[in-house]
Amino acid sequence: MREAPKPFWSPLSAGIVLGLALLLTFVITGHGLGASGFVTRLAAQANDWVAPTATTENAYFGPFMKAGNPLMSWITWEVVGVLIGAFLGAKGAGRIAVKVERGPSTSGGSRLMYALIGGVLVGFGARLARGCTSGVGLSGGATLAVAGFVFLIGFFAAGFAVSFLMRRVWQ
Amino acid sequence: MSIPFYDGGVAAGLLSGVLFGYALEAAGFGSPRKLTAQFSLRDFSVFKVMFTAVLVAAIGMYILRTMGLMAGNAVFIPTLFFWAILAGGLLIGAGFALGGYCPGTSVVGVASGRIDAVVFGVGMVLGTSAFAWVYEPLIGFYMAGQGPAAQTLPQLFGLPEWVVLLVLVILAAVGFRLGTMMERARGGPLTAAEVCAPDDEADDMTMTAATRQA
Repeated sequence: MREAPKPFWSPLSAGIVLGLALLLTFVITGHGLGASGFVTRLAAQANDWVAPTATTENAYFGPFMKAGNPLMSWITWEVVGVLIGAFLGAKGAGRIAVKVERGPSTSGGSRLMYALIGGVLVGFGARLARGCTSGVGLSGGATLAVAGFVFLIGFFAAGFAVSFLMRRVWQ
Repeated sequence: MSIPFYDGGVAAGLLSGVLFGYALEAAGFGSPRKLTAQFSLRDFSVFKVMFTAVLVAAIGMYILRTMGLMAGNAVFIPTLFFWAILAGGLLIGAGFALGGYCPGTSVVGVASGRIDAVVFGVGMVLGTSAFAWVYEPLIGFYMAGQGPAAQTLPQLFGLPEWVVLLVLVILAAVGFRLGTMMERARGGPLTAAEVCAPDDEADDMTMTAATRQA
């Protein structure tokens, strides 16, 4: 019998610790936390493997490539840290679950298709917004930036709308 | 002493990341079912954790500035480009509801063993690449509706910062209360035992929950 996973922290405790981690990041680096910046650099690198000339000439990826190795950046180390921190936490609490997590009425194949489509929308959206839930929503929100709150309004509005239209995916 | 230190080194990145990842995982944000249950109003963790974290960091920086330890323009504040940021927020909300993650939480999903999070990551790389290849025709839209550089809510509303923070604390408190009421009415929030169970057990648990409600 598997050992039962330890319960999650209360949202208030997790929020306070996350807020202190965000504050510490601002104090050390002068900016907040992020995630999609790493995806941009990974995408630039992946495109460079497939089509090096076109990627260097690309208006969006070009500047990343011309500055040297696009993955050599603070955000890469931060994302490596997220992997380590999340793994240690999940491991210590017995919350590692190797599986395709899905709603009870969604098959594994459909779930992976939705994950792929969702990922494409999020990848594209994060470039439009110049950041994601972490970079613009959380970190921008913490600086009280108008941009952060416009982002969060869009994020929650579309989340509720799509979730209502597609509620069979998760329920 | 002058804050911030503007240290963008490897150790600084790893430290921030480890704390970020540990807190997100402890909140349950490696689970796409827990994350998306926000939008069915069964689990308000996303709202509660985000709002709390935003306020803790915002109040912390307000205190540092008030004590004269940090200059007013010392940290990066994003500038509004209304249409692109609104559209980006809408796309990320839609993709999150459909795919189960946002970029940061997908990394936590991968670290927690979720195969769907790996596929989501592949999707993000594809979506980012698609953006780069249509970037030039999109530049007009990308730059449209530009606001004043690094504008904040206190500047927008012409209010002192502490008033804005106080209003946000009140909104958060109301949101917490309403959220908890809605969670209870819908059998939430989702527990670690529910979302970490293998697939067949997860189905059984959903059945049990459905029977209990019936």
